[in-house]
Amino acid sequence: MMLEVNDLNVYYGAIHALKGVSFQLKEGEIVALIGANGAGKSTSLKAVSSLVKVRSGEIFYRGEPLTTVPPQDVVKKGIIHVPEGRKIFPRMSVVENLEMGAYVHDNRDAFETDMEAMFERFPRLRERRKQSGGTLSGGEQQMLAIARGLMAHPQLLLLDEPSMGLAPIIVEQIFDIIRDINKQGTTILLVEQNAQMALSIADRGYVLETGRVVLEGKADDLMENPVVQEAYLGGH
Amino acid sequence: MEGTKRKRSLTLPQNKSGLFRLIAAVVVFALLFWRVGAVATVSQFGADTWLRLAVSGLILGGMYALIAIGYTLVYGILFMINFAHGEVMMIGAFGGYFVFEAFNAIPVTSADGTTLSLLNSYPILAVFLAFLVGMSIAALAGFLLEKIAYRPLRGAPRLVPLISAIGASIFLQNAGQLLFGPQRREYINPDLLTRGTGWEIPIGESSVMLTYTGVFSLVLSAILMIGLFVLVQRTKLGKAMRAVAQDKSTAALMGVDVDKVISQTFVISGLLAGAAGVMWGIHNQLINYFTGFLPGIKAFTAAVLGGIGNIPGAMIGGLFLGIVESVGPAALGIDFQLKDVIAFSILILVLIFRPSGILGEALAEEKV
Repeated sequence: MMLEVNDLNVYYGAIHALKGVSFQLKEGEIVALIGANGAGKSTSLKAVSSLVKVRSGEIFYRGEPLTTVPPQDVVKKGIIHVPEGRKIFPRMSVVENLEMGAYVHDNRDAFETDMEAMFERFPRLRERRKQSGGTLSGGEQQMLAIARGLMAHPQLLLLDEPSMGLAPIIVEQIFDIIRDINKQGTTILLVEQNAQMALSIADRGYVLETGRVVLEGKADDLMENPVVQEAYLGGH
Repeated sequence: MEGTKRKRSLTLPQNKSGLFRLIAAVVVFALLFWRVGAVATVSQFGADTWLRLAVSGLILGGMYALIAIGYTLVYGILFMINFAHGEVMMIGAFGGYFVFEAFNAIPVTSADGTTLSLLNSYPILAVFLAFLVGMSIAALAGFLLEKIAYRPLRGAPRLVPLISAIGASIFLQNAGQLLFGPQRREYINPDLLTRGTGWEIPIGESSVMLTYTGVFSLVLSAILMIGLFVLVQRTKLGKAMRAVAQDKSTAALMGVDVDKVISQTFVISGLLAGAAGVMWGIHNQLINYFTGFLPGIKAFTAAVLGGIGNIPGAMIGGLFLGIVESVGPAALGIDFQLKDVIAFSILILVLIFRPSGILGEALAEEKV
């Protein structure tokens, strides 16, 4: 098992955000966490990348405990979290944002090669390379956020709401890219409100509701599930 | 966001208090110009005097700028004013002082039989070591200050670390008084940097002296500021500092050790303040435990003037404040002792009319 999350409990002050959440990822999978706003999807990702404190429960990455590892060391293990809302550094250029993505690697030559590869994948970023992150459009920022994440050579990529606020055509592009990244060998844990899109590329999925996993299964089965269809796929 | 912000300064303010401030600003500036104009027509001062005042202001401003950078760097990352920063400068000044004292106490007899102190046999080494020690001790002070007074309060409401900063400032002043005594101590410069000597630049019938200590301070300030700018713009540490200033969680997601970067920021601030402290001693001669207080507050004013959180702003603000403080009393026809009044009037005026400073605040979104 690549990632194993067991019975996670997370609190924000008095609010019990995760109430015993468990899920697993196998090497090479795309797994989707779906659910409504406030269901605990983002919090689950933040728990894995150590941005929130876990009250109880365990996280294992390739058999090693991850629960108390600080965020910068989680990154060094190859787990890269692309946060919700993209979180581009607004007053750094595109190139500098990519440099921050490669922060844990120290090789300048490798950086140039990797950046070139990102510009191949996202030609728009090449055009905007000198521009500061804050001036990019939403779609460009999402591409930059993913490119920045890839610069660290992730083995496990955590993507939080990559479709948020983007035009449908851009969403299609982004999901093609995600599928492509996965084909090249990166395991992906995807958090999405757009359940339709997420399940269409995922192998398996978990449905979260108010801090609990209420359903899990193969993505295709979840798509067929009447409860999921009713609640998250617009009921058709 | 940026667009609307810029527009605002071009159009008339919409609300009443904005309009009031605009009118008040116009009145203040009109009065200032009237006063300066009136003084200029009756002034006895020649070009040489004005130049002399401007040069000495520039030298002072360089030191303010170095200290102001420390305020701005720390504010940029932690959104707090490190009010103990002036004391860090004082500690640096004492570091350099003791190096000179030690060098001065050791006599060296050269081959031709003359005896000089080590200070004057190896003046360059002495100056180098004075800066090395002064800057290192100040850096250590900054490092410990953050570890002890600020780190435990991370995540507390913003007022709490501010109070801790004021407490740390008072503590360090008193610790300085206990360690070094209340009396003023004289910085013993090597003869190379004797105060009051320098190059005479003829201006008309008179001349202006560029003192060695002043030129030395100004050049060193400039080098340090350029160095800092390169560090922040080009190096990995600098980029990590900017990333942490813009968004701490995301910086952590890039693999940046945020706490370490915060420590390093305090160390860099301390290095610059320490350098300013040693310069202060070399150029201004007397230091004591209270030496850091006024330059500290002045540098804070400079940082606010330039736009707190903005590094070029701190540099420009420092130089500007130094010059205004030096030229201002003569230009307004008031006593030179009132220079502090001018400096703090600027602080008040900036806070009322343009709290974001001359260059605006580069960190607006995180602040709110």
